[in-house]
Amino acid sequence: MEQSISLKDNFLKGVIKENPVFVLLLGCCPTLGVTSSAVNGLGMGAATAFVLVMSNLAIALVKNVIPDKVRIPAFIVIIAAFVTVVQLLMAAYTPALNEQLGLFIPLIVVNCIVLGRAEAFASRNTAVASMIDGLGMGVGFTFALLLLGTIRELLGSLSVFGYKLVDADGILIFVLAPGAFITLGFIIATMKWLKNRENIKSH
Amino acid sequence: MQYLIIIISTIFINNIVLAKFLGICPFLGVSKNTSTAVGMGAAVVFVMTLSTIMTYLVQHYILLPLGIAYMQTVTYILVIAFLVQVVEIILKKVSPDLYQALGVYLPLITTNCTILGVAILVIQNNFNLLQSVVFAIGNSVGFTLAIALFSSIREQLDDADLPEYMEGIPAALITASILSMAFMGFAGLV
Repeated sequence: MEQSISLKDNFLKGVIKENPVFVLLLGCCPTLGVTSSAVNGLGMGAATAFVLVMSNLAIALVKNVIPDKVRIPAFIVIIAAFVTVVQLLMAAYTPALNEQLGLFIPLIVVNCIVLGRAEAFASRNTAVASMIDGLGMGVGFTFALLLLGTIRELLGSLSVFGYKLVDADGILIFVLAPGAFITLGFIIATMKWLKNRENIKSH
Repeated sequence: MQYLIIIISTIFINNIVLAKFLGICPFLGVSKNTSTAVGMGAAVVFVMTLSTIMTYLVQHYILLPLGIAYMQTVTYILVIAFLVQVVEIILKKVSPDLYQALGVYLPLITTNCTILGVAILVIQNNFNLLQSVVFAIGNSVGFTLAIALFSSIREQLDDADLPEYMEGIPAALITASILSMAFMGFAGLV
């Protein structure tokens, strides 16, 4: 029983308390680059989550075989292998999404969340715990991208998941580059504001 | 003329940080003061130009003849990691001064997505070797320009009286947004 509680906490920490994007500020490039719509954000999040889970699992399994000195290059090769798998799968089954996300799929290799979890968690925990950690972080990342994508799509083109709500033009700037920065800025500010208020209340 | 267009469009119109969203991590992380920002920029110019030449040669003389272009991601990241190590060792021996200036930034560059991003973009755009080099120089100079401008604004921002929840990253992101809007003004230049 105790095991399942700790697994649950392990999963939830990635989603909320240590959310990779909003709290740890990792992996900002895809966060800003692909979130012009909710669907893109979801697709990118799912691809990254897959790589996170699989690479965490693989690294946790081989961690005792890898000499400490070449650990980082070895991790990168493992991650790159899973990214290649995702690249080929997406090119085959979701060509339209693949086209939209473009360069950001191969760039999952250098997403600091993936290498960060490999180094900070998978290299010193069991396979199951590492998978759960990867899943939590992946879900947290997907949630962040989905939130950002939804807000930007709503403000920028007045639609949700591609369905137009009102037949009018949105605020175009939100689907362009500056909109990404400003939306993420205000989301993080809101999170900090909520946290401050909680702290004041509890005192 | 064609090279001039590549340079102008990569530095101003399609700025790698402000329009293409590559290299956001160093852009936010290493921009607290101008001198470190410029140091990081210089290291990126150096490594990006070299790595683009290397990956171009690897693509055209190893991966394509062998028919293993799908190994692109794995190979490129290894080439870049290897190159960064070699550059570090050579700089230490040949030019200790330059090593002093760039040394701390070099290990960070392996996971800087601008380097891998530009290496892949060059192949996607079907550039020849000279175009690739010009493209790499333009993009890395664009990165340096963006991070240098941003850091000088952030230095001023430290003195501003902001609400507590806006301090730090939120204010920096909103600044980046305004900078990005300013760069949109260059659209239509070529």
